[in-house]
Amino acid sequence: MADSSGTDSYPSSWKKAPFIKNSFVRWLLIVGGAIYLAAALGTMNIDIERVKEGLPRAQRFLDSFFPPNFADNRGVLWEGIAESIWMAIISTVAGIALSIPVGLGAARNLAPAWVYLFCRGIIAASRTFPEIILAIFAVKLFGFGPFAGFVALALGTIGFYAKLLAEDIENSSASQAEAVKATGANWFQWVNYSIQPQVMPRMIGLSVYRLDINFRESAVVGIVGGGGIGATLNTSFSRYEFDTAAAILIIIILIVMAMEYTSSFMRKWVQ
Amino acid sequence: MPTITNNGTESWRLRTSKEQWIRWVCWLIGITIIMYAWQMISEKTVWFFVTDAPNQAADIGARMVPPKWSYMDKLWKPVWDTINIATLGTVIAMVIAVPVAFATARNTTPNIVVRTIGLFIIVSSRSVNSLIWALILVFILGPGVLAGTIAIGLRSVGFCAKLIYESIEEIDHTQVEAIEATGASSSQKMLFGILPQVLPTIAGVGIYRWDINIRESTILGLVGAGGIGLQLNGSLNTLAWTQVSLILIVILVTVFISEWVSAKVRGAII
Repeated sequence: MADSSGTDSYPSSWKKAPFIKNSFVRWLLIVGGAIYLAAALGTMNIDIERVKEGLPRAQRFLDSFFPPNFADNRGVLWEGIAESIWMAIISTVAGIALSIPVGLGAARNLAPAWVYLFCRGIIAASRTFPEIILAIFAVKLFGFGPFAGFVALALGTIGFYAKLLAEDIENSSASQAEAVKATGANWFQWVNYSIQPQVMPRMIGLSVYRLDINFRESAVVGIVGGGGIGATLNTSFSRYEFDTAAAILIIIILIVMAMEYTSSFMRKWVQ
Repeated sequence: MPTITNNGTESWRLRTSKEQWIRWVCWLIGITIIMYAWQMISEKTVWFFVTDAPNQAADIGARMVPPKWSYMDKLWKPVWDTINIATLGTVIAMVIAVPVAFATARNTTPNIVVRTIGLFIIVSSRSVNSLIWALILVFILGPGVLAGTIAIGLRSVGFCAKLIYESIEEIDHTQVEAIEATGASSSQKMLFGILPQVLPTIAGVGIYRWDINIRESTILGLVGAGGIGLQLNGSLNTLAWTQVSLILIVILVTVFISEWVSAKVRGAII
């Protein structure tokens, strides 16, 4: 609150408190932000002429999207979608199977320091590179087709799932773990009976969520040769079959919406 | 309590027979689906290439070291572009996402039609990957940083709006009621009752998305939308593996720094 009517009289108006209290930091952020914006926009070399030229083209481009063509002239549309779904399922399952040992190793309360650092390293490496870059290398190694996409998505799943699993284990209640340990349980019994029941509900929800992500990502790994609906989409762009591309995009959006509703429903049901 | 009778003595067990059957059937269905999916994938795989992969990996690995450090001179500009794509894209996204979030949240939406439109914007923005947005925008705007920035912006709207509208729905209503009791108009209610409560979330979401966008903007160059991906694509196509390894190192370092910055800033806000 700021007093705007002098020091001796009663304040008669009120000013909203600023979000950042320290006025020096506030002005530093504003001025710094303005300088950065100017510098960034300056080096972006936006070509207004090109944009003007592009706008009628955009109009034509969007016109050629409609009406979407679901007729599937080359008979590849549904095949591509089925391939994406299989790829998403199998890569989620394989990714989670790989994540469980990594996640257990990356939990500070379960693993010794060197295992912890090693597993955290795997997670960091997998999280840094987008699925697309993993897919480029998978295609180089395993050749074109859904197998490369499957490997890329499974590796991408590790970074996501193992990290959340490790965090969940670190946040789990220590007293239950201690109680099970007091019965003389060995390490596997200890993890299975004290940690696993605590993290299970959230992990089931997350695996459904990851399935959803993997399906979405499977739509792009195809662009670099990883199979699935992305390959079909890329082909239809290259062949200027924009009405088919529109149909594919609409189908992807519908499937993702359906999966999102299913996953939020399942998460509620599990918890 | 489920029990089992064995040789006339009753003893405890975890589940009733019915529960056990249901679980068994669920496992059967799940495993069948997984096996079928595996079958479909492996049918389309050339196994010779897969078994050959270790040789390929060794070969490429040998070609990738040592990284060609001198190439770094040509990478500073693409790195700067990549950061700009992520930052300006996040700014665009936040400018659109905040009004969309207010229009979508149950307690601030004007009516059900606007809410439905808001939800539709959120879902369609989230469903289409930034690479696909970039593919479309490169057609319209021409290759370059601008297409990448707008692609990142459009892609991030859904994510930001979703998190913001969820936090708007979870605000403390007593503060809004208190503002309302002073005779405030609905816009004043929003400005003084709701906005201060969600401002930390808005800032946090923006920073979080910026961190994700740095990662996403490294690949947009693959379809011609600017940034370091352009160099990566060029180096991959010309089989310049020593340049590829340097670019991967640069991406790794950029992502680590952005993650560190984002964690620090979010820690300071919340």
